[in-house]
Amino acid sequence: MSSQIQQDDLIIAGRRFHSRLFLGTGKFSSGSALKEAIHTSSTEVVTVALRRVDLDSKEDDILTQIDRKSILLLPNTSGARNAEEAIRLARLSRELGGGDWVKLEVTPDPVYLLPDPIETLKAAEILVKEGFHVLPYINADPILCKHLEEAGCATVMPLGSPIGTNQGIKTLANLEIIIEQSKVPVVVDAGLGLPSHAAQAMELGADAVLVNTAIAIAKDPAQVAYAFKLATEAGRISYLHSVTSARPSKKASASSPLTGFLEEETRNVHGAV
Amino acid sequence: MYTELFDLVSFSEARERVLYKTSRDVRSALDRSHSGKHLSFDEYLSLISPSADPYLEEIAELTLEWTKRRFGNTILLYMPMYLSNECRSSCVYCGFSYENKIPRKTLKEEEIHAESKVLYEKGIRHVLILTGEEYSITNLEYLCSAVRILKSYFDSVSIEIYPMETEKYEVLIKEGVEGLVIYQETYDPETYSKYHLRGMKKNMRYRLEAPDRGGRAGFRRIGVGALLGLSDPYGEMFRLGEHAQYLTKEYWRTTIQISLPRMRPAEGEFDLTIPISDREYVRFLFALRLFLPDSGLVQSTRESIRMRNHLAGMPITHMSVESRTDPGGYSGGMELKQFEIEDSRKIPEFVEMLKKKGLDPVFKDFDRAFLEE
Repeated sequence: MSSQIQQDDLIIAGRRFHSRLFLGTGKFSSGSALKEAIHTSSTEVVTVALRRVDLDSKEDDILTQIDRKSILLLPNTSGARNAEEAIRLARLSRELGGGDWVKLEVTPDPVYLLPDPIETLKAAEILVKEGFHVLPYINADPILCKHLEEAGCATVMPLGSPIGTNQGIKTLANLEIIIEQSKVPVVVDAGLGLPSHAAQAMELGADAVLVNTAIAIAKDPAQVAYAFKLATEAGRISYLHSVTSARPSKKASASSPLTGFLEEETRNVHGAV
Repeated sequence: MYTELFDLVSFSEARERVLYKTSRDVRSALDRSHSGKHLSFDEYLSLISPSADPYLEEIAELTLEWTKRRFGNTILLYMPMYLSNECRSSCVYCGFSYENKIPRKTLKEEEIHAESKVLYEKGIRHVLILTGEEYSITNLEYLCSAVRILKSYFDSVSIEIYPMETEKYEVLIKEGVEGLVIYQETYDPETYSKYHLRGMKKNMRYRLEAPDRGGRAGFRRIGVGALLGLSDPYGEMFRLGEHAQYLTKEYWRTTIQISLPRMRPAEGEFDLTIPISDREYVRFLFALRLFLPDSGLVQSTRESIRMRNHLAGMPITHMSVESRTDPGGYSGGMELKQFEIEDSRKIPEFVEMLKKKGLDPVFKDFDRAFLEE
């Protein structure tokens, strides 16, 4: 076995990541709390709301907490209500040195912040053509995921439950289909309130998880970030090594075995040819 | 293109990855399947490995369960129709090989009508047309006119012909072809070049990329397969599983079918076949079912009556019946066959067997209305 096969790095758009926990930056109480959470979570992907940061300023509180050499700063378009607004934000980010990566969020609904599938797909198609690595935040819709994949998105990011609700994985059946069908990494985003939710997503076979609220508003964000790191890794190990037996294996039925016909004779089709 | 994936792992490394699997790997793959989940690719490799052999009965139970869950108690019946045995390629194992001095024949329009009438009267509504690799005779124009005739008899017309460009596939789809079948024969580049001596078929990559071209053209069904017996079966099964999974994800509107033919006697003097025992063959099929539960598994009359009786509905879901492998064989009987078949039962007898097993033989599972603009 080559070492290449044994490695378990996450690869998105040709970039390699050791950590499978992405961190959102909204809602932290301070820049230092964010910095500690980044450190204890070992995250390598940190999303930042474009509307919140001043990419032009070196003094920006969020940006100063992120070592952009080892961590991918993933600008997001949260606040955009349609494709046009999201595209404008992404272009602005690139102009200001935010790079080619963008987490696409189009959420016209200000209450539940549910993503608009039609506008998201429209924006993704245009941004991919413009050379962006697009990571779209979406509802857990398997067909939409295939359309986004075809549009050339680098990942899909289906929600576990509505953003900020901490309800965990309420979209289980659809997530299972998405994970099974996807050609690009699946990052479960939104709704993960407890480390066990992250573990569950990873056990399902998600490639990564994104957590924000649950860490940012915790009493001790650094400790909770660490718990999410462990849970993400535990879920991944569990997935890889199939600690998933939900029920005991059935015993073979001796009375009418299904493979009994194979014992009737050992036939070798080819030897006789 | 699948070739991007194909190039990442060599055939010998693929083989090693299967043989490396242990009993523990098999156990955890089975646990996942019991819990109602599809296998990962790595788990699929465990189930095709020799380490899975002691678990065959348990795997069979799971296979039965998954086949019933996804396909119910149905078997789709189809018949092949050989339009031509003209061939410019030399594949050492094939009866149609250019080197073989056999009478050659390409069906004329009235002969296609005659063949179609016979099949139609038997109740068949799904037909698979085949040719050799003679592009100048069975060219696009010929195929289009054949399809136009066949459409007046059959609800579903599929092709198993030489690989083509996407644009030509698109023309055939417009004419009313629903499915494309293109078996790689062997995924082992070394064996491939050794057994394909001349003609267009010598170009392995062109063939390997044909399902991609078919997917892009928009076929509703694409069938892939490996001809077991030409090279190392573990390498072949690694590749076949990888290829089918890739196509399933890439062309997600297309139904992917898999076939696992074993080498059969044919005209010529090919005697280098690698034996695949029944037990091994069955293990491979079971593993494919648990790995890709929604893929139709197709079995031809190459297999014995005993094997076909037992595998119908578990895991096999699509079967040919009463096949002739010679052009004009249904209406004329020319004895120009591509290979020997094992199961020569007539449709009523075969249907009776299926019914006794509690299986419903399905003759029509498609309607031309899907294709009409």
